[in-house]
Amino acid sequence: MKISEQSPVRRVLSRFRRNRIGMIALAAILVLFVVAAVFAFLSTAHVPFPTDPNATNLERKLLPPNPLNWLGTDNLGRDLFSRMLHGSYISLTVGFVAVFVSLFIGVVVGAVSGYFGRWVDNILMRAVDAIMCFPTFFLILTAVALLGPSMLNIIVVIGLVSWTGTARLVRAEFLTLRETEYVRAARALGQRTPAIIFRHILPNAFAPIFVTAVLGIPAAILTEAGLSFLGFGVQPPQATWGNIIADGKTYLLDAWWLIVFPGLAIFLSALAFYLAGDALRQAAETRTERK
Amino acid sequence: MITFIIRRLLTSLVLVFFISIISFFIITLTPGSPYPWGELNPKISESVKQNFRKQFHLDEPIWKQYWFNMRGLFTGELRSIKDGRPVLERITERLPATLALNICAITIALSFGLLVGVYSSRVAGSWQDTSLSTVAFALLAIPEFWVAYLLIIGLTEWFAVPLMGTVSHGIIFPNALTSSLDWLWHLGLPATLLALGSVAAQSRYVRASMLETLREDYIRTARAKGLPAEIVLYHHALRNSLRPVITGLGGLLPALIGGAVIMETIFAYPGIGRLGYQAVLERDYPTLVALNFITAVLVLLGNLLADLLYAVVDPRVRLE
Amino acid sequence: MAPSNLLEIHNLSIRFRTEDGPFDAVKNISLSLKEGASLAIVGESGSGKSVTALSLTGLLPSPPAEFPGGDILFKGESVLAMKPGRLRAIRGGEIAYIFQEPSTSLNPVYTIRSQIAEAIRLHRPEVKDVDAEIVHWLNAVGIVNPEKRMRDYPHQLSGGMQQRAMIAMALSCRPSLLVADEPTTALDVTIQAQILEELKRLRAEFNMALILITHNIAIIRGLCDRIAVMFRGEIVEYGDTNDVLRNPQHPYTKALIACVPKLGSKEKRLKTIDYSWLEKV
Repeated sequence: MKISEQSPVRRVLSRFRRNRIGMIALAAILVLFVVAAVFAFLSTAHVPFPTDPNATNLERKLLPPNPLNWLGTDNLGRDLFSRMLHGSYISLTVGFVAVFVSLFIGVVVGAVSGYFGRWVDNILMRAVDAIMCFPTFFLILTAVALLGPSMLNIIVVIGLVSWTGTARLVRAEFLTLRETEYVRAARALGQRTPAIIFRHILPNAFAPIFVTAVLGIPAAILTEAGLSFLGFGVQPPQATWGNIIADGKTYLLDAWWLIVFPGLAIFLSALAFYLAGDALRQAAETRTERK
Repeated sequence: MITFIIRRLLTSLVLVFFISIISFFIITLTPGSPYPWGELNPKISESVKQNFRKQFHLDEPIWKQYWFNMRGLFTGELRSIKDGRPVLERITERLPATLALNICAITIALSFGLLVGVYSSRVAGSWQDTSLSTVAFALLAIPEFWVAYLLIIGLTEWFAVPLMGTVSHGIIFPNALTSSLDWLWHLGLPATLLALGSVAAQSRYVRASMLETLREDYIRTARAKGLPAEIVLYHHALRNSLRPVITGLGGLLPALIGGAVIMETIFAYPGIGRLGYQAVLERDYPTLVALNFITAVLVLLGNLLADLLYAVVDPRVRLE
Repeated sequence: MAPSNLLEIHNLSIRFRTEDGPFDAVKNISLSLKEGASLAIVGESGSGKSVTALSLTGLLPSPPAEFPGGDILFKGESVLAMKPGRLRAIRGGEIAYIFQEPSTSLNPVYTIRSQIAEAIRLHRPEVKDVDAEIVHWLNAVGIVNPEKRMRDYPHQLSGGMQQRAMIAMALSCRPSLLVADEPTTALDVTIQAQILEELKRLRAEFNMALILITHNIAIIRGLCDRIAVMFRGEIVEYGDTNDVLRNPQHPYTKALIACVPKLGSKEKRLKTIDYSWLEKV
């Protein structure tokens, strides 16, 4: 079947499938997902697989990668590979859930603003403009430091700070679509407000919102890593990729593996999401916006 | 043009008001003890606590606290919990360093962003474009602190190069030239690292904007006139692409000023980012409120400047 | 001696590579144009007329455009074989264009003056006083107060004035052929008539060849000597304007002509194009 004749969703999928980089990134994300999910369970159930991430062994401290410790050990003799596996779910969970929170808030605010217009719109948009002025990382750091660094707090704070982009997008969709013929027609036919919103406006806005969401995940992952690194992420002894680096920086010159490997993990995860998100964006672009 | 400026200024004032409310709100909504010492510390007498509460107006209604905080910020009454000095003073003495860092980063981001972005739009769809695109995302995906440490390991270990702070210690007989070169050196690395993500983002904005502009009718006219490709690109297309690019740059300001926190901490650079991190560690509320407020206002000013730049670039704005 | 063919198109085919596969926009068309003559290419959107026009100076981006067959000869030279430098020299200098939407066809951030000057400096470097030349041409197309107008930005001009400015820009390079792609479609009806009159006058004054592309068969009488009717990439009728209009052979041409409302007719409803002939082909 010709691509232009397929339904919108299948069209996007077909185009995405042609994008080699996107497909590789997607595969990487799936692997990451599986690993994180598995170890989310293993970690919270304190199952010491492949080795106990919290088992200290001072005789084997600060060892470079070797047959026993594939990625080396830290200053307390803990196996780096195991710690990294057990910490993987944190980065991913924060990434996904924080974006979900910000998506929710953004869609609601944007929809209200775009649909009702006038002074509601005005006030909400001024608030959005104001929030967007804040240096995001510092604001998040401040809030997390004051609320206490727990995974829930981090997720909520990141979500509360990042919704503005989505809100603007949704509002723009509402503004353009509000005046289009088919919304007027729907209204003329007597459809009620929520129906109009859900059945006509949101589906159109879906694609750019979804792309924004996917592209927001790596930002959340990097923010979590940054917070962890500064000591305001999920607290030890739970390993996160960020706090492994934070602990490791004291041994900077002696144990490069403590910095290189967790950082590589953060980098590759974020990169996979960025590439997949961009491939998705390219696949979803309508004919007039091509390239 | 004048009306345009006045309108923007008025909107900005409203935004400053909103910003101040948000800054203040973060602090007050946090649970836990406002005292820098433990709530149940037996050594602190009740009267000391009372004095503390009085000084920081902690028993007054919230809107009064807001008013005291904001007024105190500007009159210098708002003092740091840590050393009792006016918050404004502590911030202004470190502000120039951060501004230098950010201006340097913005310059790097803008120049390289333009270069790479325009080139990408020229070769759009080719393997060069795809590789540059992937590199751009790689730059965005790099955790700043990670690459900072990698570089530190690399440079200090292999090249024995001083990197921390703003000056190298131990330079004998510094003259103006070596001093400024030294200062530039210390500024350059953190600024470049800070700019990494922004260069990538900027190049994407430029590329997207250029590609959109190149689809316009007047580009077809320019080509139909027989103009060489470079003129079409740099004279006709580029200037029309600048508007979203300037907006994009404005959007990068919060990330730059916020990212400075990590960079300044790692490189022991004496700017407000480092001040902010220390304030967070010490739970120095007045400083935190002030920092959030001031940095947000700085971003606002930056955006205002960007809007003024529109007028320079696009004559249609001038005649509104 | 009879004027030679300025332009010849021999069995030209143009194909586009799309995500759904190749698309033949133009199929095996042939036509010719003498110096100073005028040709109308008439057809609906999608007929391939604009694609043909752009191909005359290599303005079609390729990829995705391909030329599976045929050739275009301008003054005896093959356009498809021309080097980029030669193509650029012809663009604007020998074959000039005006397009449908004058409001978006001029660069909004530069003055009229700067845009016309650019063209003159490129194709006629011998001109010493470029400003005077610009004034001359703006006058020629009927723009009043040209000294002041030329320092305006495009958005400060009305639609009609913008199109006149575009014509001035095209003519200032003294091309031997002007290709006008739907020049009046985006303008008010009253302005349309004015612009068409201008084109007629300028053609006569400068003995310039003209290719007028339009979907509106009503405007070509009096302006174009010959007419080529295109439908879905093919030329279905080609000949002298008066002959074709009076005695159309192809059903599509007949349908097009039938759509034109005639003064004094007693028809109550406007006609649409009748495609029933397609089944018979």
